[in-house]
Amino acid sequence: MPLWQSIPLASILLPLAGAALASVLPARAARRWTVLLLCLVTGGSCLLLVRTLPGSTAFNYPMGHFGAPWGNELRAGPLEAMMALLFSGISLLSLLGGMRRLQEDITSHRQSAFCAILLLMQAALMAQVYTNDLFTVYVFVEIMTIAGCALIASRSTRGRGLASAARYMVMNLIASALLLLGIILTYDLTGHLLMEPVQKAILPLQQSGAYALPLTAVIALPVLALAIKAALFPFHTWVPDAYASATPTGAAMLSGVVCKGYLVVLLKVIFRVITPAVVLDAGISDVLFCFGAAGMVMGSVHALRQTEVKRMIAWSSVAQIGYIFLGLGLHTEAGAAAALLHLMGHAAAKSLLFLSVDPLMAASGRQGRLEGLRGAGLRAPVAGAAFTLGALSLVGIPFLPGFVSKVSLARAALAYGGLHTWGALAVLALSTLLNVLYMLRTVLLIWSPGGSPRDPAVPSPGPLCHLSLGLLSAACLGLGCLAGPVLEAIRAGLAVFGIPL
Amino acid sequence: MARIRDDTGLNARQRFLRWLLEGDDALDQALADGLDAPPPRPLPSPRAVPVPAAPDPGQRRRERASRWLYVCIALLLCVGIMGILLRTAADLPAFGRADNPTNNEVPARYIEKGLQETGAVNIVAGMILDYRAFDTLGESNVLFVAACTVVILLRLQQGDGHRLPRSVAEELTWEPRHDVILQTMASLLVPLALMFGLYVVLNGHLSPGGGFSGGTVMGAALILYLAAFGFEKAERFFTFRTFRAVSVCALGFYALAKAYSFFTGANGLPSVFTPGTPGALFSAGLIPYLNIAVGLVVACTMYAFFTLFRKGDV
Repeated sequence: MPLWQSIPLASILLPLAGAALASVLPARAARRWTVLLLCLVTGGSCLLLVRTLPGSTAFNYPMGHFGAPWGNELRAGPLEAMMALLFSGISLLSLLGGMRRLQEDITSHRQSAFCAILLLMQAALMAQVYTNDLFTVYVFVEIMTIAGCALIASRSTRGRGLASAARYMVMNLIASALLLLGIILTYDLTGHLLMEPVQKAILPLQQSGAYALPLTAVIALPVLALAIKAALFPFHTWVPDAYASATPTGAAMLSGVVCKGYLVVLLKVIFRVITPAVVLDAGISDVLFCFGAAGMVMGSVHALRQTEVKRMIAWSSVAQIGYIFLGLGLHTEAGAAAALLHLMGHAAAKSLLFLSVDPLMAASGRQGRLEGLRGAGLRAPVAGAAFTLGALSLVGIPFLPGFVSKVSLARAALAYGGLHTWGALAVLALSTLLNVLYMLRTVLLIWSPGGSPRDPAVPSPGPLCHLSLGLLSAACLGLGCLAGPVLEAIRAGLAVFGIPL
Repeated sequence: MARIRDDTGLNARQRFLRWLLEGDDALDQALADGLDAPPPRPLPSPRAVPVPAAPDPGQRRRERASRWLYVCIALLLCVGIMGILLRTAADLPAFGRADNPTNNEVPARYIEKGLQETGAVNIVAGMILDYRAFDTLGESNVLFVAACTVVILLRLQQGDGHRLPRSVAEELTWEPRHDVILQTMASLLVPLALMFGLYVVLNGHLSPGGGFSGGTVMGAALILYLAAFGFEKAERFFTFRTFRAVSVCALGFYALAKAYSFFTGANGLPSVFTPGTPGALFSAGLIPYLNIAVGLVVACTMYAFFTLFRKGDV
């Protein structure tokens, strides 16, 4: 086996072992160690993408001396490599961009524990991307759930932070329980935990019609659990407070990376475990379509009503997750590819927004109210420009990823036909209109002159923050301009990801 | 909770539900202020619940009706989901039958070849620490991530702007340093419990037990010692530095050892850790060492949880 095929193993075990070391290092060394490891994982994912993309090949990697189905197994292909690159790159840039705020928000004796949490989160995300085993999914979902709690509560361990972390824990623990229940039922019905044997066992069950009710539960429970964790519309109640009270790094990671990790798992469950045909037969994709459409509208409506800028961005996340579920609910290859493109574009744009809004707030006397941000772009031009770019991408301006993914979603909906087409097109139009209203309102506000003058005592966000904002903006622009090849790569990846549609 | 109740018409349980589902700034603030804080300030936030000056009876009736509706819908949903899940459980393949789908080649190999392939007499240890060691590696890191989270949430430091609540400080002052009965029993039980925990860990590959269960027993013994003799004596051998050193060594060893075994396994290379003679203390390849690592992590984390919740430091 060539050495590069061990990259998935290394991207999981390096952060996992590095986390233990980070927790004992002094704060400064722990931060640097975390950045170094995230750089390594990002580089490795890049290399894996370069290796797997040309021939669009996927390979299985046994974990230990006993192959599957007796032992654990990883599986990597172009789509996995792309997701790993996205997740590790955005985690790295979120950490760099929020580094200065991190040092202010988290007292120094807690920073090394925070770095350990970041690395564990990274390891868990990589495990979700690469694993080929349902129980491994559950184990690392547990790590992500607890680490998410620390990301939310680390800034203020009393008050709002603690309260929103508690609300997050209640919702997410219910989801974990549902996921575990689903996996147990899957094992009861099929006798396997590895994804491919489960799929082989489920297909005849569906055709013979035996165990109809347990089979429906097996499909519905994991999908429901992952929808709660990814904050699909009616289960989003923990999102606004959680994102608003986290430190910028935490908010950018939670919205940009963590909920996307759950979406990758969901994709895996639909494509590799249950298979698309069975999902369609059970009617789950229509449910996802409806909830996604509802989330697109309701998230935007709520975002329009917010007076605090961070809460507004958080509500817009709820709407954007709705887009992704709408694409998955269309249940065509084009729909899934559009959803994945939207996932990537949203991950970059949303972390850009969360990282750039903090310097804007700092330049306006550290207030979160929208009116207080008047003229903030003039006081902090780099952050203002980055915020504008991210907002325009979410609205869907050409040359930015939001535009391409919305067009691909519309195309997928047009090709689907029937009621879905009209529903999807209407909701897309309405949601885009609402996006324009609240995002452009904010953009105009930060560039209109007036407001309080810049406080000279407030330090500038620093070169690291500007570097990270610049790189994220470049990623946004690159995704938007090269959307054609990216979409091609996603299609090629989906073809070897599981059972094609 | 009396203070939380008085600014709206809802009782504590209803406020909690509302807080959970919609968010409630007043309650968040009350939580923030803690128990020994001054009375709540007026809240400037726009999302604070508006307080009606004189509740209009029609509005109160409507509110009560909507609350009832809410409770009824929630109950119906719960009962419905419970019914579906119970029916699902009843419809599952019968347990213990030969044609049960779980009775396939996977457990067959664990049972037939587990002893010679892993060298572990305790098949469960062979399964979780050799066949499916990756899951267990994740599982021991679940404990570590929980410990890190508790450290972030609860660890206090001098000059941190926080202080121990008065009740806790008093409790620390009046620890049972002269409780003869407790101390006598503890000095009898702690060595026994530690020995037993150590036995369970070391024999994890030979008899039921292993790192998780043995580590919990050792952690309980340490907590009993602390409860009987107080922090001053416990800190002579266990401080935050001990906790960090032990967890980093154990987890680092675990991750490195398994990285070696995953890498050699995937590439078809032989491992230097061989099953050995089944039944011997030093057998079963890596399993005893991994059990020791897991046991140390579990014991330290249990103890650290206790002290972090008790006084905000290890």
